[in-house]
Amino acid sequence: MHSSPPIRGDLTPELLQTSQWTDEQVSAAGIPIHDIPFVTVGGGIGSFVTVDYLRIYGVPTDRMRVLSNIDTPWETYEYLTRVSQIPRPERIRSDSSSRPDNLWGFPSYALEEAWREKRLSHLWQIATEPILNDYWTPRAGTVFRGLEREAKRISYWDMLVKGQVRMVRKRVGGGYFTILTPPDGLSETRRVAFRSQYVHLAVGYPGLKFLPDLQDFRERHRDYTRVVNAYERHEHVYEALKTRPGVVMVRGGGIVASRVLQRLMDDREEFGLQTQIVHIFRTFVTGSHGPNVFMRRKGGHGWAYQGFNYPKSVWGGQLKARMRKLEGEDRKKLYQDIGGTNTPKRRRWQQQMAKGRRENWYHAFQGMVDKVEPGPDGRLISHVRSSNGRIQQYVSDFIIDCTGLEADIAEHRVLADLLQHGGAERNPLGRLEVERHFEVKGTASGDGALYASGAATLGGYFPGVDTFLGLQIAAQEIADDLARRGFCKKMGPFRSTSQWFKWAFNKAV
Amino acid sequence: MVPTLFGRIQTRLFLLATVGLAVTALIVPVLPGTGDAELADLYRTAVAVLAAVAVLGVAWEFVYHALMQFRWEKDWPTLFGLLTLINEGLLVWALLALEAIPGVAVNPPAAAFWTHFLAVWLAVWLVANGPMRVPFIRWRFRGGRLV
Repeated sequence: MHSSPPIRGDLTPELLQTSQWTDEQVSAAGIPIHDIPFVTVGGGIGSFVTVDYLRIYGVPTDRMRVLSNIDTPWETYEYLTRVSQIPRPERIRSDSSSRPDNLWGFPSYALEEAWREKRLSHLWQIATEPILNDYWTPRAGTVFRGLEREAKRISYWDMLVKGQVRMVRKRVGGGYFTILTPPDGLSETRRVAFRSQYVHLAVGYPGLKFLPDLQDFRERHRDYTRVVNAYERHEHVYEALKTRPGVVMVRGGGIVASRVLQRLMDDREEFGLQTQIVHIFRTFVTGSHGPNVFMRRKGGHGWAYQGFNYPKSVWGGQLKARMRKLEGEDRKKLYQDIGGTNTPKRRRWQQQMAKGRRENWYHAFQGMVDKVEPGPDGRLISHVRSSNGRIQQYVSDFIIDCTGLEADIAEHRVLADLLQHGGAERNPLGRLEVERHFEVKGTASGDGALYASGAATLGGYFPGVDTFLGLQIAAQEIADDLARRGFCKKMGPFRSTSQWFKWAFNKAV
Repeated sequence: MVPTLFGRIQTRLFLLATVGLAVTALIVPVLPGTGDAELADLYRTAVAVLAAVAVLGVAWEFVYHALMQFRWEKDWPTLFGLLTLINEGLLVWALLALEAIPGVAVNPPAAAFWTHFLAVWLAVWLVANGPMRVPFIRWRFRGGRLV
C-alpha cells in the first residue's frame, strides 16, 4: 500500500526564506532534529570513500551518517557504466591502483586479478604499460565486488539513512542543518533535520544535458527511440540492428563514443551485421596537438588520445602541484590546455576502426549539427556544417549522443540552495569553489565546516575531482582537515600499516 | 608513477637508505666471486656502491625529469623505472673500473657487483610500485615527496 506523505513537520515559508536557522525555528516547524557530528550527502562513491577514510582514521559509525536515496555506493555508477556499454565483465577506464575500496591502492587491481585468476599476463601488462601494452584497467565487476567487501568491513550500512536531501542551511551558533525527506511511510513527519558540525556533499553529476539539436528533435517529434543518449538505456538500438541493416550516427569523441563504437563493431562481427556507422566529431583531431613540444597530446582519425580522463600527473605529480598554486584565469587556462574530449588509444579499438575504414562501413567526419529532422522515408536527416562552411546531409536510422554534456550545478537542488543561501561561490569553470582541502569557500558556519567533492567541484586547485582517485585525494584532504579540527586523529605510518593489515585480512576497522 | 623532481630525489634517497641498506645487509655475505675477501671490506664496498648510486642518482633524476617533460602525461612509466638500471648500473660499473668511487675497499668482480646492484634495484623498484603506499598514504599524491 502506498501511504500519502505526512503533512506534519514540513518546511515553513519562514525557514525557506531564512539563510541561517536557529534551533527554535526548526523545532517550531515540527521537524525532528537528529544530532550527529558528520553527515555526507550523496551516498555514491564520493561519500563512500570519504567515510571509508574516516572509519580507517578511527571514527566510529555512530558519529557519521550517509544521507542517500540509493542503497549501495556503486548503484548509480553501475547504472551509468552498464548503459554506456560497460557491463560487469568489461573493463572501465581507470588506473590499476585507483581503488575506491582500498585507500592505499595496494595491492592494485592488476595484482588482485592476477592472483585470483592465477595469470601472470596481468602483471606483464601492468609492468609494461603504456609502452609495450595498453594501460591495464580493471573490470567493472572487480570494482563493485571490492566496494561491497569494503562496505561490509566498515559497517557502511549502519551509517546509511535513506531519503532525499532537500537542502543544507547554516545554523545560528555554528554547524549546519541538513534537511532530509524520508521515503514515504518511514517517518511521522514530512522532513527530518540532521544537526551537525560538519557536512560533506558528494552529489555527483548535477544532470546530463542533451545536445540542443537532439533535444529539439526529441521534443518536437516525440521520438525517444531513434535519437538516444548513450547514458540512458538504448539496448533497443543494438537489437533493432540485429533484425535489419541500418545506419547509426554516433556523436562525440570521448570514451563513451569509443565504447558505443566497440559495441556496434563487436555486434557487426559476432552476428554478421551490415551496420554502417557515421561518426561526427565536433573537433576532429588529425595528429599530435597542443601549445608546445612540452604540452602535446597524441591524436588521429578524429580522436585525441589519452590513457585516462586527465593527464596522469594530475593525480599526484607535476600537474597536481602546478594547479594547486593557480588562481582565476591562470587556472582556467591550464584547465583548457589539459582539457578537451579524449579517449584511450586501445589496440583493439584501433584494429576495429581500421577494418571499418578499409571495408567502407565506418565513416568519420568533422562537423557541427545544425538540425535533425525526419526524412520522407521516416529516417533521420542530420544537417551537418563542417568547419569550412559546407553543409552536408547525412541519413541514419539511429543517432546515439555520446557527448555527455553536463548540466549546470544549479540544476541540482541542494547545490542551488547552497549558492543562494549558503554563501557558496563559483570557481573559474562555474562549479563550486573549494579550498585546497575541499571546504566550500564562503560556507563556514561558526566552528563547522562544509566540504564538497566530485564533479560539482571541477575547476578547483585539484583537477581530477570526478575520478576514483580524485575522490580519494579529496577524502584524504578532508580527513586531514577534520583531524586538524579535532574530529579525529590524523593517521600516521603505524596506524596506516596496521589498518592495511586489517584490510588485507578483511577484519573490521 | 607521477613524480615531481623533489619527489623523485626524496623517494630515491629514502628507499636506498632503507630497502637498499636492508637488501645489502642480507646479500653481501652470499655474493658470488668474492673469493677470500674480508666480509667487512665487502660491506664497506657495497655501502660505497650504494652511496654512489644515491649521489649519482640525484643527477640522474634531473635527466629523467627533463625527459619526462616531453611526455604529455608527465608520468614516468613503471617500465622506465626498471630499465634505467641499465644506464645507472653501467655508469657505476665504469666508475668502479676507473677507481673513481671513494670508500671502495676491494674492487668487486662483475658477478658480485651486478648481483648486488640488481637485487637492490629490483627491491627498490618493487617497493616503490606498491608497498611504499602502505605506511605513507600521502606519498603518491605528493609526487613522491615524503616531507
